[in-house]
Amino acid sequence: MRRLLDVLREDCGLTAIKEGCGEGECGACAILIDGRVVDSCILPVGAAQGREIETLESIRETARGRLIVDGLSRGGGVQCGFCTPGIAVTIEALLRENPNPSEYEIRDGISGNLCRCTGYQQIVEGVLYTAAETRERSR
Amino acid sequence: MRHKITREVERVDARIKSRGELPYLADYEFEDRLYARVVRSRVARGTITARNTPALPEHYHYITADDIPPEGKNCVRMIQDDWPAFAEHEVRYYGEPLGLLVGPDRDTLAQLVEQFESAVEYREHEAAVTIDEGLALKGGPVHGSDNLFADLHTRKGDPEGALKRSARVIEREFRTAYQEHVYIEPQALVGTRENGMVTIYISTQCPFYVRKAVSTALGLPPDDVAVVQTATGGGFGGKENYPDVVAVPVAIAVAKIDRPIELILDRMEDLKYTSKRHPSRVRYRVGLDETERIIAVDVDMVLEAGAYESSSRVVLQRGMFSSNSVYEFPNVHVRGRAVATNNVPSDAFRGFGAPQGLFAAEMLMTQIARVIGLDELTLKQQHLLKQGSPTLTNGRIYEEVKLPEMLEHVRRVSGYDHKRAAYGLGLGRGIGISLFKHGSAFTGNGEQEIIKARVRIRKRADGRPELLVANVEIGQGVLTTFRKIVAEVLDIPYSEVVYDNHNTSQIPDSGPTCASRSVAIVGYLLQEAAKKLKGRLHEPGEFEVEQVYEHPAHLHWDAESLNGDAYPSYAWGVNCVEVEVDRVTYEVNVVGVWTAYDVGRAIDEGVIRGQIIGGAIQGLGYAGLEKLENARGRFLQHTMADYCIPTSLDYPNVDYALFDNPYPYGPFGAKGAGEVVFDGIAPAFGSAVQQAIGCEIAQLPLTPEYISERVHGTDRTVHTQRKTHTAEPQPVASSP
Repeated sequence: MRRLLDVLREDCGLTAIKEGCGEGECGACAILIDGRVVDSCILPVGAAQGREIETLESIRETARGRLIVDGLSRGGGVQCGFCTPGIAVTIEALLRENPNPSEYEIRDGISGNLCRCTGYQQIVEGVLYTAAETRERSR
Repeated sequence: MRHKITREVERVDARIKSRGELPYLADYEFEDRLYARVVRSRVARGTITARNTPALPEHYHYITADDIPPEGKNCVRMIQDDWPAFAEHEVRYYGEPLGLLVGPDRDTLAQLVEQFESAVEYREHEAAVTIDEGLALKGGPVHGSDNLFADLHTRKGDPEGALKRSARVIEREFRTAYQEHVYIEPQALVGTRENGMVTIYISTQCPFYVRKAVSTALGLPPDDVAVVQTATGGGFGGKENYPDVVAVPVAIAVAKIDRPIELILDRMEDLKYTSKRHPSRVRYRVGLDETERIIAVDVDMVLEAGAYESSSRVVLQRGMFSSNSVYEFPNVHVRGRAVATNNVPSDAFRGFGAPQGLFAAEMLMTQIARVIGLDELTLKQQHLLKQGSPTLTNGRIYEEVKLPEMLEHVRRVSGYDHKRAAYGLGLGRGIGISLFKHGSAFTGNGEQEIIKARVRIRKRADGRPELLVANVEIGQGVLTTFRKIVAEVLDIPYSEVVYDNHNTSQIPDSGPTCASRSVAIVGYLLQEAAKKLKGRLHEPGEFEVEQVYEHPAHLHWDAESLNGDAYPSYAWGVNCVEVEVDRVTYEVNVVGVWTAYDVGRAIDEGVIRGQIIGGAIQGLGYAGLEKLENARGRFLQHTMADYCIPTSLDYPNVDYALFDNPYPYGPFGAKGAGEVVFDGIAPAFGSAVQQAIGCEIAQLPLTPEYISERVHGTDRTVHTQRKTHTAEPQPVASSP
């Protein structure tokens, strides 16, 4: 059976999803299934039957999605950018669950996404910004 | 006061990347595209006795050396032509390409690869896979008669005489292991024919390297091949030469089949078969006089180069020239050898030999200090290079050396002095400081005689300046910094500057994106070109200005004797790492990282900060986490589950400070910054671990297994220093 990753990228044209490892380790292909982060490279397409799939293509158009992009962009959370879409999706799931995460909770939340460029610190700072702005705007 | 160019701006590519809208190679559509898979050798060393090529299904092709045009050459040209595109009779490493399978369906290709590889028969030979086996010519020489791709010497003063008259001679040996780049986007390209030209779309640091390799293999003039760099998901040196190795077979296939052909390595292939950082063995004999000053240093550095030369000769030179770190010793001899083995060729990786040399040199200094009963930093300060000092290649340090004030800063913010005293020796806690430098740009005569960089700026009809350069964005921020440099000269917003042409047919060769040279060398050329454009943006029509590299007149280099100014300028660094070592499991927990750098002047503080933090975390991976073992020519770790790179949970935040020291031949005073940020972490970590376990360490990575061996092993150099006092560490002042 085909991988969910291939169906989404090739049949649906959702190329914000990246393939970094194909073995469920790096998180570049992260999507949300029923609100939970899943690496789409290790999921057969049948496993998504009847479930809600969200990708960065939809998340980035929401109010919080725009703030996630803001948080990553303004403080240096993006370098080569290949891991970034997967990280943005993971941040969305993290903030839905916990709108006010501590630095440790952020580091824990994104620990399934590998980044070789940034050393993560500026990504963590970006999430703190996004969380604070999201809370501010929803008051 | 900081120059205003240093002020952080938002990177021009940040939003498009974080919205997932920037296409990488795998996101491109090509009509009638075929896919390719590499057929590889399954022995590390052998003679092919029978290929037994299986039958191909319809619409599939098998490309081998036989398909290279008669005017071409079976090689991947780098510095030498020794690395074949496809092995013909002999194979020198496990995974060496034998052929390329091309066809419409990837699953079918995967099955065919299995059939083709298992059909080949070999007469297997004994493989040499380590430095020691390579030097011992195990199985007979892999290369030449002595297995050495390079055997170089550089000499200053009278090292032999000084060693003879030394009151004390100290000897040490250090070893470092492989490191894999793990760029998150694997090696990827599509070869096709456009406007009659073989055209390569590729994830690369060096589009002109790809052009050179492809045109040589096909026997075409370079101008008849076009290379287009696609958004590149990380490089770190791994996309410096290796893209040539995947591009040449695809180009040969395109020349024959005339369809777009895509080759993207899957992660396991990428981990198993692409180049790594050179393993090293560095031996020192150090002579001290009656006053315990170091008067002679004899260095024997060996790098494990793998089966073909690739860039090993040049990596070796940078390693050799880093082997005295930032110290001035009056009498020095350095021998460097790049030894051939039956492994995939080692190649460029951020630091390019310097991390190996600096780790050895910095650990050496800590160990000499212990032997003579002196504080590490005191010994280092006694020998520190300063402005005007001769270098080990009899060149000169022309710039002001700000290491003393950088060191002072790092000691203060880290609380080093107090912690160093309070933690005692072998009690599970430690803190260490390294000092280091990294020469910006190519080594020796690279810039002035080999690269000869050329840039152009086009004044477009719409009044905007367009940068025509070969340097590419690989995550390091050059799309932003180059724009800022030109915009600052022209006094326009940086968003007005156009910089999006990455087709070798339309840009001049300003050299590769490597060697901490993009901003330092090419950025300077852009600054000078922009000056020619100043006041002319309102002129009608379109025109171009050009700037060609000129080596500063005060610099001299003799490539034969390796004598003179090895680099135009240096970036300098001080790193401090604090650790806790679990006294049962010997796992090392990094508690703090403090850094200070002189990169001349930061073109953008945000970009530099990204380099500093990213470099530090990658360096900590090299120092303690990333273990890549090789058995009989095969890498034992070949998934991302077992070759572990740092995650967000592994290391703490990194503190940093920048010390301005404008360099006259850098844009707004900037020097290189991409590699110095990696170089010094491992020895700072090493020094901290030594304090925590109370034993000398002599290798990387410092895994718990190795540390346990050091603590419990028989070869245990126990330090006799006593714990001085036991006060709790005081709160540490934070960085400015």
